[in-house]
Amino acid sequence: MEPRAITGTGQTEINHKHVDDLYEETGYWHVNTGDEVIHAKRMPGKFRTIKWYTASIWLIFFIGPYLRWGDRQAVLFNIPKRQFYIFDITIMPQDVWMLAMVLLFFAILLAAVTSIAGRVFCGFFCFQTIWTDVYTWIEEKLEGNPAQRRKLDKEPFSAHKLRIKAIKHTLWILIGILTGISFVAWFTDAWQLWIDYFTLKAHPVSYITLVMFTLGTYILAGFLREQTCFWLCPYARIQGVMYDAETILPTYDIHRGEPRGKLKKDHPVEGNGDCIDCNQCVAVCPTGIDIRHGQQEGCITCALCLDACDSVMDKIHRPRGLIRYASLDEINGKPQLPLLKRPRVLVYFFIMTLSILGLGYGLTHLGTFDLKVLHERQPLFVQQSDGTIQNRYELKILNKTDSELNISINAAGPEGIIMHGVKEHTRLPANKLSSFTVFLRVPKGSLEHDRMPVTFRIHATEQPENSAEYKSMFYGPAK
Amino acid sequence: MSEHNPFPGEKNSGHVWDDNLRELLNEPPTWWTIGFHASWIFVLLYTLLYPSWPLINSHFKGVLGWTSITEYKRDMEAIEEIRGPYEDKIKTLSAAEILADEELSNYVMRSAKVLFGDNCAACHGSGGQGISNFPVLADDDWLYGGLITDIETTITGGRQGIMTAQASLLNEAETAKLTSAILAGNVASEPLFTEKGCVACHGADARGMTVMGSANLTDSIWRFASADQLASIRYTILHGVNDASDAQTRNAVMPVFGGRLSETDIRKLAVYVHKLGGGQQPAIEAAAATTTP
Repeated sequence: MEPRAITGTGQTEINHKHVDDLYEETGYWHVNTGDEVIHAKRMPGKFRTIKWYTASIWLIFFIGPYLRWGDRQAVLFNIPKRQFYIFDITIMPQDVWMLAMVLLFFAILLAAVTSIAGRVFCGFFCFQTIWTDVYTWIEEKLEGNPAQRRKLDKEPFSAHKLRIKAIKHTLWILIGILTGISFVAWFTDAWQLWIDYFTLKAHPVSYITLVMFTLGTYILAGFLREQTCFWLCPYARIQGVMYDAETILPTYDIHRGEPRGKLKKDHPVEGNGDCIDCNQCVAVCPTGIDIRHGQQEGCITCALCLDACDSVMDKIHRPRGLIRYASLDEINGKPQLPLLKRPRVLVYFFIMTLSILGLGYGLTHLGTFDLKVLHERQPLFVQQSDGTIQNRYELKILNKTDSELNISINAAGPEGIIMHGVKEHTRLPANKLSSFTVFLRVPKGSLEHDRMPVTFRIHATEQPENSAEYKSMFYGPAK
Repeated sequence: MSEHNPFPGEKNSGHVWDDNLRELLNEPPTWWTIGFHASWIFVLLYTLLYPSWPLINSHFKGVLGWTSITEYKRDMEAIEEIRGPYEDKIKTLSAAEILADEELSNYVMRSAKVLFGDNCAACHGSGGQGISNFPVLADDDWLYGGLITDIETTITGGRQGIMTAQASLLNEAETAKLTSAILAGNVASEPLFTEKGCVACHGADARGMTVMGSANLTDSIWRFASADQLASIRYTILHGVNDASDAQTRNAVMPVFGGRLSETDIRKLAVYVHKLGGGQQPAIEAAAATTTP
């Protein structure tokens, strides 16, 4: 566009020049808003191999639900029963604070990794990247290389084209269905789920989730692809601002590469840099960007351009690493801070350690019981005819084990305290919250204050080490 | 206008102002079009499934036949399904049997809370804590006995105790003596207690008699509690309770619930009151149920 000149004082003219610079820069921006389908080339290489390994972590997502532990699913998130089973650990709603620890750990892990090595998650672990990768792999197997795919897309409709496209979309939808079933399988018995799905007896929520996941996978990985990373994903934006000049990212070494120029008669032109403008880095990019423009929001740091560039450098007998993992400081020849002297990294590690310690504490202190005591408020206390003061309490005892337990309940407090209302040995049903009404009586004379602390203690009759305590108050007449 | 279109070949409406300001005929964005069509399809489907269009005498009932009252009734049925087994049992059991069954009595403690709130809490307080001049139900002091059967009888038939006004029988000095002895809890050893015939109702040990609902005068639980307890005791002695001959007499009536509540509800309330904190067990069972830590 033609920048409009506005006359005025010298100062404003300078400012306008800066603004014009900005506009001029946008002229170089190539923004793909979905009008252009990216057909990326696949090239073997180190990072391509790494990507398959990291992608295979998602196999856990598909296989995990079928593992058994005793007579139940090894990992099961039972929402209606409000119980999470992870091997021999049972997590109930009051332990859910540990989920916060897990989330905190992974949130900070994301920040730490991004600060150190960029969007590693996006490039190597993200489901959007991995599923898109698998979808395009199928596409390549059926339709051929990018040039053949573009040609097929332009071809008029024919039986041949229909057959290929039908197979492709069927496979895509099948992967979507499998993804949906695998997701639901974490929340209900996986083996039973398959039977229920096919006998049309599964819960409506299972079907709705399945349809949503199938459509979601099919649309996001099949059609939206890099557009998801560009415009939908919040993490892409968040991670972008977590970079600093010390973050190592796939970077084009501008000092070594420029001025770029094509080979003449298979030899580099004298005075040119190492970049021979072969465009392989652009051809392999799954988001369709040109890494040579520098770091940009479209880059998911998948490092596939490193593989492409290295193979070209090998062919023209130049050293590898024209595009390599390097920090901005390194490219500009500045000294690099060691990892453990970077305050941001240290703070992230500190928070991660805290959350891991919290989680460790939580998992080792799950306990057998959960005891809560509610003091009756109306009345706070009553006087008995023998002169003692009586308080009423509601004991809520959760048995976290899978078996029925015999428990003993007692209370310690002011001198002469007597407990009424419950039998000394009480049965607690398995995995259930039971409530008991308990009365405590204390002789008026031993109440030194109008409020005295009392401690309720329960323990399994057979295993006294399995116990729980709760501190409450005993109320009496005002002194 | 359109015959002098200065921008031929452009998709404009032919409306041009100020030489080049014109209205273009661009298609709305795809996302908007999708949203628009999705909206009317939704409205069509929704009004087809649910009660919607007004007709002449009625309205279109919807294919699903959904109404809010059937949904309410279905939810109520779901609750009744849970309550049903308990309610059926309670109908056939006596109050004492309900009390002995831990699960049933727990059910009653939760479900009878509403009954207690509707019928009892106005005088006895929401937690049975009593309010001024109405008895506390959470303690173990019972005028008419604290066994489950006693409580059931009290609720069914109501209670109206009588204490005659003593104003004409006692002089000022005698009244003062009795009053302070009662407050101190040692009225049984006061000669006037026997002389003036108090023993007839309150018993030789002054502990009261559950048969006639006379109060225990030896403990510090007061039927007519007051900040100035001495004055309150004096007032009760002088004017009595429910004595028709004294205009200033204390009024203390427990109404009859026999006809107002069903037998099942009364049984539930008896269990509820018994478990508020002071219910008494028959002598043999009491020893077994009480434990010390």
